[in-house]
Amino acid sequence: MDFWTLISYAAWGIAILLLLWMVADFWRVAQDYDEDFLLSSREGEE
Amino acid sequence: MQQSTAQTPPGAAGAQRIALLKVLGPAHVWALGVGIVLVGEFMGWNFSVGKGGAYGSLIACWVIGLLYTCVAMIDSEVTSTVAAAGGQYTQAKHVIGPLMAFNVGLYLVMAYTMLEAGDALVVGDLMKAVAAEFGHADLDPRPFVVLTIAVLAFLNYRGVYMTLTVNFVITAAAFAALVILFFGVSPWEPGKVLLHRELLVDLPYGWIGVIAALQFGMWYYLGIEGTCQAAEEVRSAGRSIPLGTMSGMITLLIAASITWYVAAGLMPWEYLGQAITPMYDAARLTGSTPLQVILFVGTIFSAVASANGCINDASRAWFSMGRDRYLPAWFGAVHPRYRTPYRAVLFLIPIAVVFAFQAPLDQVITFSILSGLLGYTFMSINMVRFRRQWPLGSIKRGYVHPFHPLPAILLLLLCGATYFATFLGYGATLLAVMAFYIIASLWFVFHRYKFVRRGDQFTMPWPRPRGY
Repeated sequence: MDFWTLISYAAWGIAILLLLWMVADFWRVAQDYDEDFLLSSREGEE
Repeated sequence: MQQSTAQTPPGAAGAQRIALLKVLGPAHVWALGVGIVLVGEFMGWNFSVGKGGAYGSLIACWVIGLLYTCVAMIDSEVTSTVAAAGGQYTQAKHVIGPLMAFNVGLYLVMAYTMLEAGDALVVGDLMKAVAAEFGHADLDPRPFVVLTIAVLAFLNYRGVYMTLTVNFVITAAAFAALVILFFGVSPWEPGKVLLHRELLVDLPYGWIGVIAALQFGMWYYLGIEGTCQAAEEVRSAGRSIPLGTMSGMITLLIAASITWYVAAGLMPWEYLGQAITPMYDAARLTGSTPLQVILFVGTIFSAVASANGCINDASRAWFSMGRDRYLPAWFGAVHPRYRTPYRAVLFLIPIAVVFAFQAPLDQVITFSILSGLLGYTFMSINMVRFRRQWPLGSIKRGYVHPFHPLPAILLLLLCGATYFATFLGYGATLLAVMAFYIIASLWFVFHRYKFVRRGDQFTMPWPRPRGY
């Protein structure tokens, strides 16, 4: 396996890890917080 | 911020509200606007040379520069007054009405997501080119396209401050690469490296070629209006938005002029008009290896900065539409720890990947440009209505642009000329884009509008509009 093939696999791996982390965090937030709280942002409010 | 959200027990919704973080300053706004655009200086602008010759491209550069100066002036006034995420979408909601707002929101999301896909494709193609230089001819660019989108989405998911601080650094580096190239070709010694006298010829296709060049002249500045999406996250909208947008526009006018001057002095218009990476080619023609490396890095940085800004802007527009129920309210969620529109960021990832892998690059970019152009057309009408409904003195404005209504009228006229230019080159795409937005509008009117809470639409503490 040459350097560039290795780099390609590494790129796939890192991309998949990052996407999985985001999905896992998204799931964790959904479990830990009330939906009304997550949707409570209002335009123009501090 | 983490403390306040961590103390919020799940279920205690009514007691506390969450909002996007107000942490940005003028430098972040500059980085957002210039970051989205600067890739157009490294590639894309030069197709205007193919349409109208080198002089035609220069005329397009300055005429379209005027169009975007009008955009920057109008945006600075309206956004510093309607300081909310969603930018032009929110402006349309307040000043014109729901159907216009829905369309403008869609223009924004489509323009930025498609541009993001195009930027990621550029990164993939550059990696392929580097691999080919080192003897690996058929490197698959797809993992690098997905990696670019994933890393930038991750940044955007984790927080706006770091996202736009990174954008500031890489955008400044990309701009510095253009300036270094400019000084590297000794512009003070005409004829030594730059051969304008030999290479510049009359307009090859006459004035109709100049008109046709307007479409690609947009590449010099396309995306500067994206500064508006930061309105809800800046510490002071009245200061940061005008300062960041106007300084961004000045940066782009300088970058565009440098770009044209260097490239037109190194390459004949017949080659320049179809080059894929004209500024990298310009660096190669100087014979300087350091300049080649600097321009290669600058090209990569500009593409990454553009994709990064596009994710930021598309997600804010999508989030705002969700918050107002123009789209499912589910998209209007804010992350409790990072205070970002995380669901919108996450949702738009697969859409960008599909655009990158399934759609032809030139069609994706043309769709993106046309969506932007539709947005600019809206801005001219919006500005006239805004001043008519709330005249100066009736509400507090963060910034008041001079010479009204001249910029709005000029913007409308220049948009008309650019539609005609686009029709000359991409008539079928233009009609397809129009058809897409008409169908989307019908869906909104007949299916989605019933979910919109009409009473909650108007959030600014303003008096009733004149003539209401």
